[in-house]
Amino acid sequence: MLSRIAESLFWIGRYVERAEDTARILDVNIHHLLEAPLTSEAEMCRSLLSVMGVTLPPEQMQTLSARRVTDVLAFDPANPSSIVSSLTAARVNARGVSEAISSEMWEALNVTYNGLPTALDLAARTAPYAFFRFVRERAAIIAGLSESTMSRDEAWRFMVLGRSLERVDMLTRLLAAAVTTADQDWVVLLRSCSAHEAFLRTYRREPEPTLATEFLLLDRLFPRSVFYSLVTAEECLAELDPRSGRAGMPDEGRRVLGHLRTSLEFRRIDDLVDELDELLVSLQKGCGAASAAVAARYFRQTSPIEWSVEVVGVER
Amino acid sequence: MGDLFEGYTPARPYGRPAWDEMFEAPGVPRPASRCLFDALQELPPDDFEARAAARDRSFRDRGITFQLSGEERPFPLDLIPRVIAEDEWAVLESGIVQRVKAMEALLKDLYGAGEILEDGVIPRRLVTSSQHFHRAAWGIEPPNGVRVQVAGIDVVRGGDGRFYVLEDNIRCPSGVSYVIENRRMMARIFPELFRSHRVLSVNGYPAKLLEALRAAAPEGTRNPTVVVMTPGVYNSAFFEHSFLARQMGVELVEGRDLVCRSGRVYMRTSHGEERVDVVYRRVDDEFLDPLHFRSDSLVGCPGLLNAARAGNVTIANAVGNGVADDKLTYTYMPEVIRYYLGEEPILPNVQTYRLEDPDQLSEVLARLDELVLKPVAGSGGYGILIGPQATDEELATAAATLTADPRAWTAQEVVALSTAPTRVGDRLAPRHLDLRPFAINDGNQIWVLPGGLTRVALPEGSLVVNSSQGGGSKDTWVTVSPTVPTGADGLIRHHDVPPDPVVNPAPPASVRPEAGPGWEDPDRAQQQQQQQQQQPPC
Repeated sequence: MLSRIAESLFWIGRYVERAEDTARILDVNIHHLLEAPLTSEAEMCRSLLSVMGVTLPPEQMQTLSARRVTDVLAFDPANPSSIVSSLTAARVNARGVSEAISSEMWEALNVTYNGLPTALDLAARTAPYAFFRFVRERAAIIAGLSESTMSRDEAWRFMVLGRSLERVDMLTRLLAAAVTTADQDWVVLLRSCSAHEAFLRTYRREPEPTLATEFLLLDRLFPRSVFYSLVTAEECLAELDPRSGRAGMPDEGRRVLGHLRTSLEFRRIDDLVDELDELLVSLQKGCGAASAAVAARYFRQTSPIEWSVEVVGVER
Repeated sequence: MGDLFEGYTPARPYGRPAWDEMFEAPGVPRPASRCLFDALQELPPDDFEARAAARDRSFRDRGITFQLSGEERPFPLDLIPRVIAEDEWAVLESGIVQRVKAMEALLKDLYGAGEILEDGVIPRRLVTSSQHFHRAAWGIEPPNGVRVQVAGIDVVRGGDGRFYVLEDNIRCPSGVSYVIENRRMMARIFPELFRSHRVLSVNGYPAKLLEALRAAAPEGTRNPTVVVMTPGVYNSAFFEHSFLARQMGVELVEGRDLVCRSGRVYMRTSHGEERVDVVYRRVDDEFLDPLHFRSDSLVGCPGLLNAARAGNVTIANAVGNGVADDKLTYTYMPEVIRYYLGEEPILPNVQTYRLEDPDQLSEVLARLDELVLKPVAGSGGYGILIGPQATDEELATAAATLTADPRAWTAQEVVALSTAPTRVGDRLAPRHLDLRPFAINDGNQIWVLPGGLTRVALPEGSLVVNSSQGGGSKDTWVTVSPTVPTGADGLIRHHDVPPDPVVNPAPPASVRPEAGPGWEDPDRAQQQQQQQQQQPPC
């Protein structure tokens, strides 16, 4: 498959996942604020902004409100990682590769983009919940259609690879913000990852920091856990190039991901909380390194070649 | 009943009566359109609005849009189809085949021996002064001799009911994706109209095109790799490029995805470079190869033309075709057809004046307010001046431009383009239209897609149909009567006529799909028992 198309698919996977995760995080946190009046609004807002790596001018940080944070993280087209920007970018990529994905996939992404103005309008008139729900439902439709209409070929793998890496990235951001917050509500955190019910069914008790962290990082069965996503990403890379040398791992992306996975998998649970800071940093860095390795290996340099007049003259 | 056509009066542009595609006299439909007329009469007129909304929504959802003044709009499809009778189509089809044959012969000659120039049928300066004649393409002999894989011949119907050729397009004719999408859309929103008609299918086009492109591959290529080359996502025809690539199951590449090395063309894939054999390019000649043409082109691929010359890749349509669909070459087409084929042209040209001839120029200057002026090199309806509509000032400017550079312009008689009922508000009104049938040449046969793209000028009285000028389109039906012999001599395969319904033996009865828990068998008593159990103890 064309490198340009592979890169677009990788990013479609990342953008849609980013939009969905952001919608989940905002939805849960903002509604928690309404239900738990003791939570400090300003602190939660600062935490949300730091999760997404967004910094505002200092004078704006003084007067943060949930509404302002929603504007920035969900609606603001000038913020490159906002939901609106992510879904727009996903559609731009899909348009350029619409012959490589199924028609239904393209249509799902296009309808999502076309529906943004109406969803934004509805959110402005009623509540942001309507918008978050729209984003989650569209992401589910996109995921479902990719699952049921796309061949399990390279196109599919690049998309799932992007989605999985983004999932790890978002979850580590969320956990990093959680450990720096003094009175983190772990129920809210689990619900931000749609993990609360799965957690309850697994442990049958209310979450406390160690167990919640363990579940989100290490659970083998929950599809949004870091471990599960790392394994999925590794599988995608292995299927893209099944060769492995006699010793070592020649594919840098697989090497990085495998290293991260084993460092999680074989870590003593008791050490997990103590070493969490360092672990989260290494996960963040690892995701970036894996993404860069994939880009270097499969996407290469795809910028247009510029021909200067002199060169043309020499060639003639 | 009948409200739809209330106030439908034949159009008379500039005093010339126009032919109406549906009616032979007010209220009297032509035989081929009677069925459609009757079906339309039965439709409740007020549900057109709902169907139009369904159409717009579906086009928008699927990204079938075009840019008009920077705004993305759903493709403008009028809901009333245009019907072309079978016998009329047969004439049109043979005329188009003839014309494409003649143009192939002309191109082979102009980029080779140049006999037609030696024989003085076409003046040599016509070719040398054409900005679409590319010396760089001279001597490139396509592997299967085909230079015009795809042709779009624009025809119009005059007041006398005959079809005239208005323009040839053998560079990158576009619009075929809309023909196919229009048909799909109509079948979805107007299923009842199709029930009473036998309309020739248009779905065979992508397969025919792929066949023709594979047939054009360099000799010795066993399983040729075909790609569609697009200028990119911001091109106004990008939807079509993507559509064709998808329907043919081939890669859609941009110039930056291709790389030429030692006279061979490769595409950059996630697993290294992969050889390309046929490039169906939708990039204009000037931007195709910065080594030979515009060196500032960022959408081309340097070295492509040299690879084609070395016989390692086929560029379709061939480079330099523009010399034969030039608006000035057009005026010589009747002679070209007679010269190469020894036949009389089946489809006449619209009367056109060559302004380089001083006599014709002075005649045109005198009658400027009655003629249509077109730039020779232009397309898309840009730069056209319609004499009867122009102001005195515009006419004076035009006269000066013509005198200064007569080679750059042609003048044509105004054709009172035929009209067809078109939805305007909640009524139908006559609007002018043309037709662009598409032909595919695979080297053995020239196949014409039944129907083609009908473009409609939506403003009342307007004769400019280009979508870049706010034109619309219509689904174009070539209908066959049910008595057409089916199943004989390949006619069906050629046209994809649905065969007469065959009464198949009933399929063997299969086992009913299994039902699981949750499906309530009315015979089972368990549910009742459960309900009884829930009753509060007395």
